[in-house]
Amino acid sequence: MRRDLTSAVLAVIVLTVLLGLAYPLVVTGISQVAFHGNANGQKITTSGKLVGSKIIGQDFRVPVIGPNGKPKTDSDGNPVLVADKEYFQERPSTATNYNAAGSAFTNLGPNSKDARHTFEANLASYLRLERPFDRGLTAKDVPVDAVTSSASGVDPQISQANAAIQAHRIAAVRRLPLATVRKLIEQHTDGRFLGVLGEPGVNVLQLNLALDRTVR
Amino acid sequence: MAQGFLQIAIFLAVLLAIVPLLGGYMAKVFSGERVFLTPVLGPLERLTYRLIRVDPEEQQDWKRYARSLLILSALFWLVLYVILRTQTIHPWNPQGFHSGTWDVTFNTTSSFLTNTNWQYYGGETTMTYFSQMAGLAVQNFVSAAVGIVVVIALIRGIAARSAGSVGNFWQDLTRCTLYILLPLSIVGAIVLVSQGVIQNFAHYATAHTLTGGSQSIPFGPVASQEVIKELGTNGGGFFNANSAYPFENPTAFSNFFEMLLILAIPASLTFTYGRMVGSKRQGWAILSAMSLLFVAGVVVIVLAEQHGTPAQHLAGVNTHHMAGSTGGNLEGKEQRFGITNSALWAAITTVTSCGAVNAAMESLTGIGGAVPFSNLGMSEVVFGGVGTGLYSMLIFVLLSVFIGGLMVGRTPEYLGKKIGARDIKLVSLAALFTPLTVLLTAGTAIAAPAGKQSISVAGPNGFSENLYAYLSQANNNGSAWAGYTGYIQPQPGNVGAHGVKLADIMGGLTMMFARYAPIVLVLAVAGALAGKKVHPAGPGTMRTDTPTFVVLLIGVILLVGALTFFPAILLGPVGQGLTTRLF
Repeated sequence: MRRDLTSAVLAVIVLTVLLGLAYPLVVTGISQVAFHGNANGQKITTSGKLVGSKIIGQDFRVPVIGPNGKPKTDSDGNPVLVADKEYFQERPSTATNYNAAGSAFTNLGPNSKDARHTFEANLASYLRLERPFDRGLTAKDVPVDAVTSSASGVDPQISQANAAIQAHRIAAVRRLPLATVRKLIEQHTDGRFLGVLGEPGVNVLQLNLALDRTVR
Repeated sequence: MAQGFLQIAIFLAVLLAIVPLLGGYMAKVFSGERVFLTPVLGPLERLTYRLIRVDPEEQQDWKRYARSLLILSALFWLVLYVILRTQTIHPWNPQGFHSGTWDVTFNTTSSFLTNTNWQYYGGETTMTYFSQMAGLAVQNFVSAAVGIVVVIALIRGIAARSAGSVGNFWQDLTRCTLYILLPLSIVGAIVLVSQGVIQNFAHYATAHTLTGGSQSIPFGPVASQEVIKELGTNGGGFFNANSAYPFENPTAFSNFFEMLLILAIPASLTFTYGRMVGSKRQGWAILSAMSLLFVAGVVVIVLAEQHGTPAQHLAGVNTHHMAGSTGGNLEGKEQRFGITNSALWAAITTVTSCGAVNAAMESLTGIGGAVPFSNLGMSEVVFGGVGTGLYSMLIFVLLSVFIGGLMVGRTPEYLGKKIGARDIKLVSLAALFTPLTVLLTAGTAIAAPAGKQSISVAGPNGFSENLYAYLSQANNNGSAWAGYTGYIQPQPGNVGAHGVKLADIMGGLTMMFARYAPIVLVLAVAGALAGKKVHPAGPGTMRTDTPTFVVLLIGVILLVGALTFFPAILLGPVGQGLTTRLF
């Protein structure tokens, strides 16, 4: 018993130092040298300013300004946000509003009334935003990723079908040829791994940055 | 759809190719044979024995083996509890987090000690980098190693030619950590970083978004923890959104790789088993039973998720596949994983005891959600946790041998060892302990007024939250119908946070009892079998490496699981799957 206790105390120390300190520090050292950008979160900076991470989705909506010149707020005191028409929009982030430092699921169940209302609202606002630029657009053309929240709330990607619909708006608002916008979408689409694994998706932040770089 | 099933087929093929390689390697490690890493790790192994003052050659009977295991676990429990309660004095606490309350910490400590990783906290809003590394990640290793060495002791008991010993706990623990978990983790972590999993100690950064807003971006030593979280079937996420969060699981390949990590050891241990008992067919037979039960669940969940949910259909959402979109129920799922890789992941992490999630479980379809429930209801014997899965499966094998023996009217025997009355009592206790714990705790929680605090939604999904919470904790899984809460956190940084006591304490006790009681029972079985003489197989011996036995084994597993949980699962996910009503 005493011998076991001694060994256990010593093992706690040895294992904590080996697995809790030495191991993560060695992995950090190797990663920082071999994959510096990845290990630090693939940060994107433009003219010295951090604008986000390549693999973290962000909010492309802007506050609505009320008649008094101040941002409008809803009944809970949160600012009312509306899509910035100049930018491709991310998937909805109902639970966290694209909070990367406090991720959470919506936990909206398959038979939930709240879920139904959320989907209806998302679908309506999507159609309201896109239909003026894509006249024939109906509810059944809207891909499911455009009206559902992702798991992380900061999914960096949207589906190709979603991007193709939004392309009409972007081309009109930015006065770019539709072909140019489509080409940019294609350039920022990540395909399946080896053409087989996963699903293709369009990286919204990178696409929007590319749009900002494109001269009219 | 065909594309989806092709991905699943590729995954299974790669997994099957790994099994003999890793399984053979593990058998060599635990038999003390030389492996290719011996020149490097041999000196480190001997140094460890000297540092912790053990004689690795000393043979332990099952009681001493259990005693060493329990003493080490108790001590680690205390240390982890203290670490988590003293966050304000930690180094590597750039966000200045406080500690959780005692009840939440009781739950979290029990959770990580028992390889459960049930999370009543959000990683990026409550845990210091020091807690994550020196506290939680250490337990990811140790709890995995403890599970593995118990099954190795059981295998020795089955294989022993009349001996009293089941091995040496300290030697098994050291070898498992040094030769198996650590090398795979180092290599795996680097692979993950190559895909974009982060590994640093930086302050959270504030980004200025394109539309003029701001976004706080969290960091941390994620890769080193992510890899062992999967490899050790632990599942506790660095971030609250777990493996759905892009910094934990950024690409389709990282997802594929993490799924392989989860199943690698549980699947390969069947081969280790076959090799150590001297008949590889025995291992393949068990792997076949596991694979059949697993694949059946995968097919159901993929098809169900592709169908979409009543809430989506009633809202007028088109869930059909279309050009440039997978369609299906994408609520709570990431675009890069889509339907297939989210559904496959949900099946993998619930057959194993890895509670990691890459999609929101509570947002699964009704029938899709019934698959994780059923997987847990089968007591984590289909692959299961590292070590725990195989020892629980071997308990069911012994039970099947007994039932088969009754059917043909012969004394049951397994691999030449006669199974006596005392053995079968221990086996039955071990097989029934977990289901019994689930029913008692889930029932108590839903009946008690204090239990209702934790349920977040009305209707059958609320019932599911409650049942799944105790299914998951009792099976040491850790995945959650995440609306169920044991932690009220009004602001970030633990300020003003408090626990829901019933959920925290009953959950913590559930995890501990359901972990250590079966471990002691299994070691007792190991000890009993170790002392038995081996009888040569005769014409009347029931073979345990044939398709007939595989079918019998599957039948016994389904019977025990179905009889116990079928009514409850009907009330929750199946009920939802059969109606288009909303609640």
